[in-house]
Amino acid sequence: MTEAKAEILRRVRAALADGPSAPEPAREYRRSSDKPLDAVLEMLVDRLEDYKAAVHREDLGSVAGRIEQLLGRSSRYVIPNGLDQSWLPRDSAARVRMVDSGHARKAGSLTVRELDAVDAVVTASSVSCAETGTIFLNARPDEGRRAITLVPDHHICVVPVSTVVELVPEAMRRVGPERPITMISGPSATSDIELQRVEGVHGPRRLDVIILDDGDEAPGGDGAGGASGDR
Amino acid sequence: MSVTQLGMPKVFHGSGNIVADEPFPDFARRELKNEQLRANLGFATHTIRSKRASVVGELPDWQELRTAGSEIKQRVMARLPELLEQFEENVTARGGQVHWARDAEEANRIALDLIRAEGAEEIIKIKSMATQETGLNEYLAEHGVGAVETDLAEEIVQMGEDKPSHILVPAIHRNRTEIRDIFLKRMPGVDPGLTDNPPELADASRRHLREKFFRTGVAVSGANFGVADTGTLAVVESEGNGRMCLTLPDTLITFMGIEKLVPTFEDLEVFFQLLPRSSTGERMNPYTSLWSGRTEGDGPQNLHVILLDNGRTAALADEVGRQALHCIRCSACMNVCPVYERAGGHAYGSTYPGPIGAILSPLLTGVEDRSNNSLPYASSLCGACYEACPVKINIPDVLVHLRGKDVDARHGKGEGGRKRRMPDQMDAMMAGAKAAFSNASLLSLAERGLPAGKLAAGRKHRISKLPGVVSGWTQYRDVPEPPAQSFRHWWKKNRQNGTRQRPAGERADVEAMIEANAGLADELHERFAAEAEEQQRAADRAALEAKVEEKEEVQAGVSRELDAGGDGPRDTEAGSTEPERPKPAAEKIARAASEEAGPGSDLSDKGPGRADPEPKGNAPMESEEER
Ligand code: SF4
Repeated sequence: MTEAKAEILRRVRAALADGPSAPEPAREYRRSSDKPLDAVLEMLVDRLEDYKAAVHREDLGSVAGRIEQLLGRSSRYVIPNGLDQSWLPRDSAARVRMVDSGHARKAGSLTVRELDAVDAVVTASSVSCAETGTIFLNARPDEGRRAITLVPDHHICVVPVSTVVELVPEAMRRVGPERPITMISGPSATSDIELQRVEGVHGPRRLDVIILDDGDEAPGGDGAGGASGDR
Repeated sequence: MSVTQLGMPKVFHGSGNIVADEPFPDFARRELKNEQLRANLGFATHTIRSKRASVVGELPDWQELRTAGSEIKQRVMARLPELLEQFEENVTARGGQVHWARDAEEANRIALDLIRAEGAEEIIKIKSMATQETGLNEYLAEHGVGAVETDLAEEIVQMGEDKPSHILVPAIHRNRTEIRDIFLKRMPGVDPGLTDNPPELADASRRHLREKFFRTGVAVSGANFGVADTGTLAVVESEGNGRMCLTLPDTLITFMGIEKLVPTFEDLEVFFQLLPRSSTGERMNPYTSLWSGRTEGDGPQNLHVILLDNGRTAALADEVGRQALHCIRCSACMNVCPVYERAGGHAYGSTYPGPIGAILSPLLTGVEDRSNNSLPYASSLCGACYEACPVKINIPDVLVHLRGKDVDARHGKGEGGRKRRMPDQMDAMMAGAKAAFSNASLLSLAERGLPAGKLAAGRKHRISKLPGVVSGWTQYRDVPEPPAQSFRHWWKKNRQNGTRQRPAGERADVEAMIEANAGLADELHERFAAEAEEQQRAADRAALEAKVEEKEEVQAGVSRELDAGGDGPRDTEAGSTEPERPKPAAEKIARAASEEAGPGSDLSDKGPGRADPEPKGNAPMESEEER
């Protein structure tokens, strides 16, 4: 143990000489939703749009067409290697997907400058919280490493209906600390100049969210079908 | 670092930028003259206040969340030694490294060594109050390492070479034109045709910093939360510069106060609800990043955490004051505080401004620190900060407690018996008043420059000036007279209750105080707005008079010229066309806000029938005087 550590711990213990109590925190706030799925979805759309994300409702039949349209005619875009490629439009001469291997130092990954040069990134997502309009990425194979959703200026993010929950505690239960977590609520923004909200500073300036009806059992209440389930 | 004996084990106070540069009243006096700052700050706090109120109102379980937040933090403090060790264990197990720093200087030195080990001459930074507290940037500069702030506001502050004025909007004292000028002067490679349009300014910053993000190998961050049971760190931000700093460099050094821990990953669900709503008035901030040690092939591979004491253990030793360590730096207390709106963030000197700064700074440095001992007086004890605080820190209670300590310190008590010289600002009168002053509601009345002050001071002393710092304060605050009725009511009640001495350890009755002061904050906010308007009118009148005078002079001159065969009055008109007085920034902001804020934005909602929230206090006469 370093000297500094020993000393700080000694100071802390001395400061607590009066033995303050440590009650188990009361968790009487809402921890599971009682809203029907439709209402939760509607709330998610509303809040995403409120924070300036564009929202599209698609199903497995229409998703590729939507992505094609969002990418535009000419596009080089990056995808994580675990992405379900059946969601994507066919490559053409002008529209090309580039698969990132997920490991910055291994072959098959894009450099930062290459990421800066692509037009867009398409990923899935782990869970989305309707009440706050927040999408959670947990660096899974279909979400990719953090840099690929950060450096490109346009993020097209697929949110399967089965991953939508209402509340923050429900969302937090579906991500794990083993891998990095990025919570995204709208495109990057600043209000630093005279409190005027400006969309887009360093992160992607355009965020398209595709809510995908994937036919899975929807969670509705508390976390059914969730990745890590309820604790 | 000062070491103080409190009749208990030694406590070690902190150093760095938690010590005010000068006592509060001196600075406040100057700041109050800065009309631009006041106007901007008034607008900022008003806007954030109303946004906050509306998103807090959306949650049916807000009070339950506050209770949970408060209890979790109590638990953190009570179990701090084991949680710190658990945190270190988990960070280490996941490939990170934890360093311990007793004070600011030690933390800075550790960081410098780590940076040197990487051979870096420049680092990138995401806004962090902890590194501002330790003065890291200045320290690195002295040792030949450049630190680039990447938050837009911090960048503005850094390039403009001044201090942040607000935790959330550190550059709120600068208007768009000033920002453009700063960029033109200081930003390498900036487009000389840059306008003062905010999206353009933001874009200039994006382009300027992108290259830095890509090239720089070392980043320094703070942390909003550290999770003991997983070793996870969390950074909450808006612009994406945080994600850049946390993702692209190879080495990441995170400064974290030892009080920033939460026991479990699950606890984050509480704070991720409390913080954004209290802070920027958003349901959620645009980006939150969480990382637990190192992830192969994703993000920085060298991860360091510097755990910082710097006076926190001294604050922890204060049984009443330790709750200040629960603070999650949301700044809600600042936005509801009439005193803060009035005086501005700079007036607090320390990194931690506003109501929380008024208790946290002296707790970290000890009230014996002469510059910080005036801070606990910078409050009207209206209770608004307590009601707004998402983790229920009883700021008024701690304020009253610290004032008591201050008086003790000034009178030789409480410092291990070592007698201090008699105080400079507070005289014996203060001690005489202490008994009464320990009653919160009396204190609030006294500070409002009311007869209660006289009573507290005793027969001989006139209290047109309250003692010392309090007088410095009251002199520059326009204190509203509360209804005579309430004071009489108070006095009657107090007479009936007999003695005023509050037994040691008894808490101020904050509920009662808040009740007694109900509406005071609103009253003050409205009054300030009205006053600002009045000032504007006075300025306009003065400008008009000046114009008339000038015109008369010119007329006189013209008649003389006419007599001498001059050109006639046509030129007179031209001659009197003085350059238009620059519009007060706040007016501009308000205009921009209502024009450009999207639908549903609270920025455009001024609420019918309320005092005009747009402060209009840019009196050119006064700013000239200042020079
Ligand atoms: S004291 Fe409370 S309200 Fe003030 S900044 Fe800290 S957490 Fe927020």
